[in-house]
Amino acid sequence: MRRLSLSGWIGVALIGLLLATVLVSLAWTPFNPLAIDLDHTFAPPSARHWLGSDEFGRDVLSRAMAGARISVGIALATVAAAVSAGVVLGTAAGFLRGPVDRVLMTFNDALLAFPGMLLALGVIAVFGAGAGSMVGALAVAYLPSVVRVVRGAVLSIREREYIEASRVMGNSEAWSMWRHVAPNASPQIAVLAASLFGWVLLSESALSFLGVGVPAPAPSWGNMLASARPYLDTAAWLAIAPGACIVATLLGANLLSDALRDRFDPRGAP
Amino acid sequence: MSGLLRIEGLRLEAEAAGRPALLDDFSLALDPGEFVALVGESGSGKTLAARTILGLLPPGVRRTAGQVLFEGRDVTNLAPGPLRALRGGAIGMVFQEPMASLNPAMTIGAQLDEGLRLHTALPAAARRAAAIEMLARVRITDPARRLASYPHEFSGGMRQRIMLASVMLLKPRLLIADEPTTALDTLAQREALDVMAELAAAANTAVILITHNLGLVARYARRAVVLEKGRTVEAGETAQVLAAPKDPYTRRLVASLPRRGPARGVPSAPALLTVRDLRVAYRRRDQPGLFPALDGVSLTVAAGELVAVVGGSGSGKTTLGRAVLGLVKEAGGEVRFEGLDPLALTGADRRAFRRATQLVFQDPYASLDPRMRVGEIVAEPLRNCPELSAAEKARRVEAVLADVGLEALGGRFPHQMSGGQRQRVAIARAVVTRPRFVVADEPVSALDATIQAQVLTLFQTLQAQYGFACLFITHDLGVVAQIADRVIVMRDGRIVEEGARDAVLDHPQDPYTRELLAATPSLAVPSQRTEP
Amino acid sequence: MSARPGVVGYVAKRVAGALPTLLIVAVLVFGLIRMIPGDPAQVMLGDAGDPQAVAALRTEMGLDRPLPLQFAAWLGHALRGDLGVSIATGEPVLPLILQRFQVTASIVVSAIALATLIAVVGGLLAAWRHRRGLDQAVVGVATLAMAVPSFWLGLMLLLVFGVKLQWLPVVGYVPLTEHLGAGLAYLVLPVATLVIVESGVLIRMMRTSALDVLRLEYVTHARAKGLSEARVLLRHVLPNAFAPTLTLVGLALGHLLGGAAVIETVFTLPGLGRLVVDSILARDYPVVQGCLLFAALAYVLVNLAVDLCYPLLDPRVTVEG
Repeated sequence: MRRLSLSGWIGVALIGLLLATVLVSLAWTPFNPLAIDLDHTFAPPSARHWLGSDEFGRDVLSRAMAGARISVGIALATVAAAVSAGVVLGTAAGFLRGPVDRVLMTFNDALLAFPGMLLALGVIAVFGAGAGSMVGALAVAYLPSVVRVVRGAVLSIREREYIEASRVMGNSEAWSMWRHVAPNASPQIAVLAASLFGWVLLSESALSFLGVGVPAPAPSWGNMLASARPYLDTAAWLAIAPGACIVATLLGANLLSDALRDRFDPRGAP
Repeated sequence: MSGLLRIEGLRLEAEAAGRPALLDDFSLALDPGEFVALVGESGSGKTLAARTILGLLPPGVRRTAGQVLFEGRDVTNLAPGPLRALRGGAIGMVFQEPMASLNPAMTIGAQLDEGLRLHTALPAAARRAAAIEMLARVRITDPARRLASYPHEFSGGMRQRIMLASVMLLKPRLLIADEPTTALDTLAQREALDVMAELAAAANTAVILITHNLGLVARYARRAVVLEKGRTVEAGETAQVLAAPKDPYTRRLVASLPRRGPARGVPSAPALLTVRDLRVAYRRRDQPGLFPALDGVSLTVAAGELVAVVGGSGSGKTTLGRAVLGLVKEAGGEVRFEGLDPLALTGADRRAFRRATQLVFQDPYASLDPRMRVGEIVAEPLRNCPELSAAEKARRVEAVLADVGLEALGGRFPHQMSGGQRQRVAIARAVVTRPRFVVADEPVSALDATIQAQVLTLFQTLQAQYGFACLFITHDLGVVAQIADRVIVMRDGRIVEEGARDAVLDHPQDPYTRELLAATPSLAVPSQRTEP
Repeated sequence: MSARPGVVGYVAKRVAGALPTLLIVAVLVFGLIRMIPGDPAQVMLGDAGDPQAVAALRTEMGLDRPLPLQFAAWLGHALRGDLGVSIATGEPVLPLILQRFQVTASIVVSAIALATLIAVVGGLLAAWRHRRGLDQAVVGVATLAMAVPSFWLGLMLLLVFGVKLQWLPVVGYVPLTEHLGAGLAYLVLPVATLVIVESGVLIRMMRTSALDVLRLEYVTHARAKGLSEARVLLRHVLPNAFAPTLTLVGLALGHLLGGAAVIETVFTLPGLGRLVVDSILARDYPVVQGCLLFAALAYVLVNLAVDLCYPLLDPRVTVEG
């Protein structure tokens, strides 16, 4: 265990800022993010519209704040779903081994063969666009990676000598899993969850950017960018703000995940 | 005087401030062809001292004083070019870890050739011929064909000799050997060092042997320098240093060598463990068919008896220890503990068996759960003792921790302890259930000499106190001499010799046992090197 | 190396190992379309389809037969390269996919090749100067690159080089076969975007594994032999440190060859990814099905090729399998 590095603190600060924004947006945004104001379309950043306004005169800052709420909500729900299902399946594969493991992993490898985005697109094609099917689609897309990591962690920890020592004491395999494997695998899973948050948020923005994610008029950083594309030459601020939000969030998630990994693994410090 | 190497007042410090010097005021002078040992335990600075000569200090370590003169030239301030000419060509270095000392992605031919091409002007054919000749001299059979092999196709001992070949090929004037045989078993160690001494003598190469093993110092080195925590505590003729050490640390080091005590008169006790015709075969990935790890092993262990199992790597001794505890499901033959088959036990019988038998592992770090505190680790086996109340369990844990000398340390995590302390935790965990039988798998071989002696003595004391029988697995006949009542010698999955300790050590019957005994280092300095 | 017997067995094992994956992939792709709520024939004909036409289409598509038979028939056609026809345009699906694939592949392959080169150089140098300024700079840039979404980076590059500086075209695409110079101009920004986005994670992986190798004794041994730092890095560190990066390269290449939808959307390129998205929006299911199958196949083949490269890097893998 070691203290957080500078980059770790930056990660904590960025993610903290994001969560604070989400909390504030629940109670207050400068404008109604959906309110159309055709008198003030394409207003550049000013004292009134800090980040400018879009083609319908909607306040970009308000939309970015509301977008944070939607994007973070989807990302958190997806991470929770993918990690809990992945832990169950990965632990089952690593604990039971034998035929169960082989069947699960062959299936898992096949799922891994689909690009995550494409798998999500396929699920969305079946269930339609919307926040609920986004969570489902992204959870399905990222589940195989979680299963793989959890299973790998369980299998490698089971080979450690302290698990054999537990067996020699007369402990059952289930007890060893609970008392020795789970605590030693949990740091790896925490690290994975942190980076997963970043990846999921990125994929959600990408799907929304492609027009198959969060449906308009609800704001999401991805669909804000998509609608900014035609006005790139006249209203660049429309593209800069939501992109900067995504960059800050991803940077935060990655730095946090790095910091967690260094904290748990003294050898792998950069 | 025309010395080869002079190190004067060398001081090394960690870049992080506030730490004591890693090496302080270290001096050493070496004549051509001389064989000197640098002796010390981990953290003594012996490796850093040697690496300074080649400018190969690890990142974070700085030289803050002193100079290193090689053939009269200060090598600490050389430009990269001349320094590289010195490395390999004039000064060669051999490393410790046979698994990591050769590049796994290059054929050994290419690795032998690399240095020759850099440091000589020989044409390709001559380089190849030289490589083949050198491989033959380090006793690699069929050297011409083996040039195209990769390191993983050789055993650990062969790899060490191949590395030696790649270094000696360039006929360096100085050879630095950093714990070159620590990871090898007794016979492979003997062979590698004999070859090294032979090649060095033939090329008049001076040798600095870095080691913690006083037996090797006695056998090979003319002079010895003893380091403790970066300080030179004693230096002189090997015979003198070992026979009449002046410094307290050297004396402790010499005293820490295992030595034979009087044989214990073990009263004839009933057999606790009987093993008949035990067979275990593994499927190995690198060859078809089954590889026999144990090939018809029979033995008995009486209650309270300490039986040592000796053998080299691959002899099957570790598999034997696991199989008698019912940890090897594929075992054929018969194992009976107090008349019961461990593999057939279920429920309460199985728990009773697990309580009565314990295992102490070689690596005290890997065998302790890193996320549990020492108190929890030692208490865990008591889970299966329902007859004890929580208060009794707590008292038992406290008492055992006191037994192993860790009274106040129950709240620590394993990574907050030293290697010796960790092995004490492992031993405490093994004896907390008051077992009747303990398998100890090389429990002291990963520890420094002085720590090894302490842990070994502790183990002996506890064995006498609690009276458990023990199967003590080791490759070190010195350890056997100190603790065993009876000795079993194994080779290739079979028992080649078995008997009372003194009988086996003093009158070995099997040629393999004799070979092992001959290769076991002792403090006796060979006679031809005693006169100055 | 060709004479080593382990290699043949290793190759056979890897190829055989890919077959079950491919079969499950086919089942998933087939099943996905069947999972669409409602009758596929009805969906394809839309609300306009009268019951007779739907029934006729059902028979034509074999929808009245048991599912396993339908799957067998579909797989049989797919194996012969017949992926059906697009509902929207009536074009056969496979030629459509192959035509779009050329666009995607030309961008993806050149971008990943460049990113790999950057990763090797950057990662090795960073590891070599561990904890020094160069290392910290490389890690910082790589971490930042990992955090930049490709679609935003693409837009920003367009903004700077297309809109403001007007060095490169903003919208459109010219096939390389038609006009090399103009074609290349359209590819510069998409390739640059992908290179930046993909190289971050590759650099960091290369650096991490190079650091691991630099700690090993054979590297010190190589230095103790008097080898130059360049030779130590290229001959002793790189081959032993490259495998994990190669794995990531395989994953990225495998996934992107199936369609780089985002990049293609930003730069309005007629690639495979855009085809998938448009087909989903247009409910053109035979095309969606064909694209999914093609993407998964590309992924499996690329990763098989990567697996087959490992023995070149590490002779031990053929033994340890």
